[in-house]
Amino acid sequence: MAKVTIDGITIDVPDGTTILNAARMIGGEIVPPAMCYYSKLKTSGGYCRTCIVKVTKGSEKDPRPMPKPVASCRTTVMDGMEVQNITSPDLLEARAGVVEFLLLNHPLDCPVCDQAGECHLQDLAYNNGKAETRYAFPRREFERRDIGNNVQLHMNRCILCYRCVKVADQLTDGRVHGVINRGEVAEISTYIDNVIENEMSGNVIDVCPVGALTDKTFRFKSRVWYTKPVDAHRDCDKCCGKVRLWYKGEEVLRVTARKDQYGEVEDWICNTCRFDKKETSQWTIEGPSKISRDSVISANHYESLQSLRKATKEQLANALPHGEKVQAGQGALNPNNQKQ
Amino acid sequence: MSRKLLLANDHVEGIRRLDVYRKHGGYNALEKALKTMTPEQIVEEVKASGLRGRGGAGFPTGMKWSFLAKPEGVARYLVCNADESEPGTFKDRYLMERIPHALIEGMIASSFALGARTSYIYIRGEYFYVANILEEAIAEAYEAGLLGKNILNSGFDHDCYVQVGAGAYICGEETALLESLEGKRGNPRIKPPFPAIAGLYGCPTVVNNVETIAAVVPIIQMTGAEYAKIGVGKSTGTKLISASGHINKPGVYEIELGVPVEEFIYSDAYCGGIRNGKQLKAVVAGGSSVPILPAHLILKTASGEPRLMTYESLSDGGFATGTMLGSGGFIVMDEDTSIVKNLWNFSRFYHHESCGQCSPCREGTGWMEKILHNIVEGHGTPEDVELLWDIQGKIEGKTICPLGDAAAWPVASAIRHFKDEFMQYVTRPQSIKDVKHYYRVHQLAEA
Ligand SMILES: Cc1cc2nc3c(=O)[nH]c(=O)nc-3n(C[C@H](O)[C@H](O)[C@H](O)COP(=O)(O)O)c2cc1C
Ligand code: SF4
Ligand code: FES
Repeated sequence: MAKVTIDGITIDVPDGTTILNAARMIGGEIVPPAMCYYSKLKTSGGYCRTCIVKVTKGSEKDPRPMPKPVASCRTTVMDGMEVQNITSPDLLEARAGVVEFLLLNHPLDCPVCDQAGECHLQDLAYNNGKAETRYAFPRREFERRDIGNNVQLHMNRCILCYRCVKVADQLTDGRVHGVINRGEVAEISTYIDNVIENEMSGNVIDVCPVGALTDKTFRFKSRVWYTKPVDAHRDCDKCCGKVRLWYKGEEVLRVTARKDQYGEVEDWICNTCRFDKKETSQWTIEGPSKISRDSVISANHYESLQSLRKATKEQLANALPHGEKVQAGQGALNPNNQKQ
Repeated sequence: MSRKLLLANDHVEGIRRLDVYRKHGGYNALEKALKTMTPEQIVEEVKASGLRGRGGAGFPTGMKWSFLAKPEGVARYLVCNADESEPGTFKDRYLMERIPHALIEGMIASSFALGARTSYIYIRGEYFYVANILEEAIAEAYEAGLLGKNILNSGFDHDCYVQVGAGAYICGEETALLESLEGKRGNPRIKPPFPAIAGLYGCPTVVNNVETIAAVVPIIQMTGAEYAKIGVGKSTGTKLISASGHINKPGVYEIELGVPVEEFIYSDAYCGGIRNGKQLKAVVAGGSSVPILPAHLILKTASGEPRLMTYESLSDGGFATGTMLGSGGFIVMDEDTSIVKNLWNFSRFYHHESCGQCSPCREGTGWMEKILHNIVEGHGTPEDVELLWDIQGKIEGKTICPLGDAAAWPVASAIRHFKDEFMQYVTRPQSIKDVKHYYRVHQLAEA
């Protein structure tokens, strides 16, 4: 076990835990945002740099602070480590910089983007970014690519989180999906325009934090906040069969995997469940889904989040003495826990 | 005149060939190593020599070697970084094309010290003709029993391969290099694990620069203690400097670490002074990534001490008034040089070479380049200069690999030391034409 203190809250975690996961065990506002890390995908994380934190004490043995901010998703805790996230104004400024970089070339076409309303980049920008851009140049545009009948690729929106690349690598057999070109013009591609035909390929839609990979069968059907999520299952021989159906009236517009409070899928689903089973009669309905995390599907969510954040910050600054213990998983400061 | 350990015979006719190289003492060090020393003894000699990595970061080589994990039954590799793509750096090329056997001998001796059965020389694609020279040298070495099975009857087997890169600066970063060597996209890995634990094909690996590996030969020959007597403090031995820019005698010089910068620039033994009798304006002392310094700060430190060609002296004063020895790419600029245009040129390079994995570098390098282009074209504003300062600060230290820092530092240092010139560009753009061009930037941009 290792004892780590994040924003003044101390927790004991198993050795080898990353700072990000330790923060998730504490829960609440001190959890750094993560745009590329995905706990279900090996070797994910490290790319986007939104999860950076300041390590003010390396460990009990070597208390020196780390010279640079570190990616909390790829840095493991050491016993006695002390970390600052929302209690460090410098760090928040640096993160705002990362958010600005991510938005620099993003088309901001939210009004016509299917992801709007469940987009992590929207949430990230709202929670951690600045209101205006300082970028005075044309935004980059990619040539359109057709990657098959199920998945719509909008490269202009991509933030190169590499999650879909890892899905292609780790969930499907023949890897047909990767990154081509370099630097600013690097792009996701099913290398030389192979369509993604594997049964598990639809999961790239669920892992995409933005609207770069969306469901072609749901395209322009509805804004997500007009649809109602319902948990359902069926016997499936290819996947767990546990899904979320998105209804508009009586009609199932879309099927996705179930996601947790960090927007990660609970279990992968196959393309048959996702694209071919859109009748209520094909499913056993469990009931309305609990929607958590930053989701505009719940009304006035940003307002309530903002006031909560203010309260939490004050609470952290005043109420919690340095080193106070919170038990793992308790998530006392988790806005979602308080909302419910 | 400095003592020469690496380039003592660089002008000997035919030194590229094995027979001539041997006639001048070549492979004596290897013989000494294989016949009279244990691998551990060689590592100790390298430690005692104080040799520091010549690829840019200056990490103590002996220490790096002793970090190499040695699990039973797992292969270990030595990989030579011959990617040499840092603008202003061309010393490795000179060494390899003149005296290829100096590197091969170093590779075999170092591999023996590390217990590596196989080694690779990863060379940048643009050096294909140098790769051919190395291939010929390797063939000669196999022929002479210096490579292959049971080298010089020592029982040590070793194979050495040359792998040509495909023209990406980022493949000089050691983990991107390993990815590329494995046949993958050359993206830097996220560390840890470090190559010493899991490098090439997941096996313990040492990555060293060409010059570092070549320096092992004289260290074995003369002993580490003798090598350490050359130089000043923790900067021991000799260093190859690629001198370029507005000097009378551009070229590769082997110096004893500790030569005063002033002597290096003005002495006829080295750069021979500024071309056409002009004044010195600025120097980029260690390849394009390191901070640029104005004449007064490169010749003397902020506290008035003469600046020396050593790791410590060049970094005296931190980034506020100092710089770094880096890879030894010494770029000299005379009074007519436009710092702003030169910076734009550097920024174009980093923008072009970013691998695109992490957001600050992928997006920030392009942004800085575009702003600098505006300024150079006379469309900049004072706010642009502030913005540049802010952007570089948001890239530095927040990226996966040091390329982000390498893109940020030149911008930071140019603004720090030459703010006036930036202000001239953004407030009186009509006066820009008065500044003579250092690079034919416009033609280059259009090409
Ligand atoms: C972007 C980037 C490019 C680099 N290019 C080179 C290079 O061309 N040659 C080199 O020897 N080291 C280069 N390095 C440094 C290597 O990562 C590594 O530190 C070096 O090869 C270690 O060898 P040394 O200890 O002998 O210096 C580069 C580093 C970065 C971040
Ligand atoms: S800093 Fe630049 S070159 Fe290095 S990993 Fe990040 S994007 Fe790639
Ligand atoms: S989530 Fe950690 S770097 Fe992207």
